[in-house]
Amino acid sequence: MTQVLQENRENIGKSKLIQGRKPRWTWIACLAGSLIVASAIMAVVGFNVAGWAVLTALFYVVSNYAVTRIMENGRKATDQLWTNLVVGAFLVALLPLISVVWTVLSIGLPGLLAPGFLASDMTGITGAVDQASVEDGTAILGGVKHALIGSLVMTLGATAISVPIGLLTSIYLVEYSRGGTFSRAITFFVDVMTGIPSIVAGLFAAGLMLTLVGPGDNVMGFTAVIALSVLMIPVVVRSTEEMLRVVPNELREASYALGVRKWRTILKVVIPTAISGIASGVTLAIARVIGETAPILVTAGVAVSTNWNLAKDWMMSLPVYIYRQMMFPTAPAAPDASEQRAWAAALVLIIIVMLLNLTARFIAKAFAPKKTGR
Amino acid sequence: MSKRIDAIDFNVYYSKFLAVEGVNISIEPKSVTAFIGPSGCGKTTFLRTLNRMHEVIPGARVEGKLLLDGDDIYAPGVDPVSVRSTIGMVFQRPNPFPTMSIRENVLAGIRLNGQRISKGDADTIVEKSLRGANLWNEVKDRLEKPGSGLSGGQQQRLCIARTIAVEPDVILMDEPCSALDPISTLAIEDLINEMKDQYTVVIVTHNMQQAARVSDKTAFFNIAGTGKPGKLIEYAETSTIFSTPREKATEDYVSGRFG
Ligand SMILES: Nc1ncnc2c1ncn2[C@@H]1O[C@H](COP(=O)(O)OP(=O)(O)OP(=O)(O)O)[C@@H](O)[C@H]1O
Ligand SMILES: [Mg+2]
Repeated sequence: MTQVLQENRENIGKSKLIQGRKPRWTWIACLAGSLIVASAIMAVVGFNVAGWAVLTALFYVVSNYAVTRIMENGRKATDQLWTNLVVGAFLVALLPLISVVWTVLSIGLPGLLAPGFLASDMTGITGAVDQASVEDGTAILGGVKHALIGSLVMTLGATAISVPIGLLTSIYLVEYSRGGTFSRAITFFVDVMTGIPSIVAGLFAAGLMLTLVGPGDNVMGFTAVIALSVLMIPVVVRSTEEMLRVVPNELREASYALGVRKWRTILKVVIPTAISGIASGVTLAIARVIGETAPILVTAGVAVSTNWNLAKDWMMSLPVYIYRQMMFPTAPAAPDASEQRAWAAALVLIIIVMLLNLTARFIAKAFAPKKTGR
Repeated sequence: MSKRIDAIDFNVYYSKFLAVEGVNISIEPKSVTAFIGPSGCGKTTFLRTLNRMHEVIPGARVEGKLLLDGDDIYAPGVDPVSVRSTIGMVFQRPNPFPTMSIRENVLAGIRLNGQRISKGDADTIVEKSLRGANLWNEVKDRLEKPGSGLSGGQQQRLCIARTIAVEPDVILMDEPCSALDPISTLAIEDLINEMKDQYTVVIVTHNMQQAARVSDKTAFFNIAGTGKPGKLIEYAETSTIFSTPREKATEDYVSGRFG
């Protein structure tokens, strides 16, 4: 008895269960080896980062597979291979995101930090002004205030229209319709609407307003709001519908069994239970339309001064601002000024979208049904 | 207050499927009635017709008369919502509202209906209902905590508290103890015994001992085969059902010789 115990004590650390395993640091060795080999090849054919990274990855995957196969067995090696491939796919998918964020951040930051960029619009910024500031090396004037306000006002307007319509539609679909022709038609058309190219939505809105108010009155901002709503409504319907469907039927029945009317049940039980998902869905829909360019370009057009009024005159928005500054620089002879402003505006747009995404997460957390451990 | 229930030639359908056929039963006020029978014989289905919860399911309908103190609850023009506020229901699986605290869960029937009550009244109702459900001592220090943070048995008693808070005349319970430990089960059985003084109680159970312990009368449902409708085979004093039933099927079932 004591003998056995003694033996067991001595065997601690050399467990039979982990015999025949490759040591933990194998992957570091593989990586280091691959790096060296890849560098050597690069030194011969001429260095470039992309080729170097691809070669390293290739050698790493192959060497890791081979080493595992030799030191362990075929099953482990296949496992290792697929793990590496999946991680590789993930890194490739991440690449554009990191690259975009990095590029916009590094190029756009100086423009964003230029004094008065957020607080001034483009009134009075002519080609001559830009040319002068580029030639003299003084701070580039002009800013994004009108586009920022335009984007926010129009998106807010679109949200104010889409959320009630979308919410009510999905409530009808989930709570009231009993799978009849009408509800199936709605679902079908919502799906079709999801696929509408955004420029078509813009043209539709322009055409609609032309027939409704005529060419004389220019309600550009509002027309853009309609175009954005056309794009936003299906997204809101879809995400809200999804969220309402996952509310357990038991909760509805519990409420009915207490003698609560259906509309009160929906308002006070179903929606509060789903509110976190609904709110984050809506926030993501907002993030989606705030970056729309085409439908705003053909409706709200372009402007250089700040316009808060949706019902009057042209209105600028961030994406259109970026497009205009890039394609049609204010001073064609000195496009640097416009480019700087465009990149800075792009940065502003990305920051807004990221903030919206964070808000969505925050809302989802804050409203989620409280669950403490059992 | 407590009311009697009479079903007359009552059929229950899911769309075309006849789930329960030809039920005639009289449930006395201030009594406990147990529904027993094999799985799938329509106990839940029939129970849910008693407070018009059945029709919540698409395509579900009934035929026949169901009288609550003499008034047909399926008569045209009767508002199912008012029926449900008179006849409360406790479900097989505890289903407290996840967005609400314990206190709000108890007050749900009142608050969800938009009634305004003073804080004092609310406190009284919360304490009375939780005491009634044998839960007060366990939760009185954490009334503001979420209801879903309770144990399964506590959640079920919370659901009972929620049901008695709206002061119904009849309480229907669908296997209220099926997910509970023996101690919680005992607590709920005690509770049912007390509730009898005030309410008409109908309980579905698979537990013969439980039926024998808590009920005054027992109804045995049976089904001839799959796809056939469930039927009320025998309805009598609980002691009779368990000692000298009239029907052979009942005797087989209660003595455990069934299937
Ligand atoms: N929503 C529904 N739609 C269609 N048929 C249903 C539905 N719910 C139940 N049924 C059918 O009705 C019959 C009776 O079911 P019910 O749930 O009432 O049985 P039960 O006696 O409560 O059984 P258990 O003891 O297992 O709970 C079964 O054949 C079942 O398949
Ligand atoms: Mg059942």
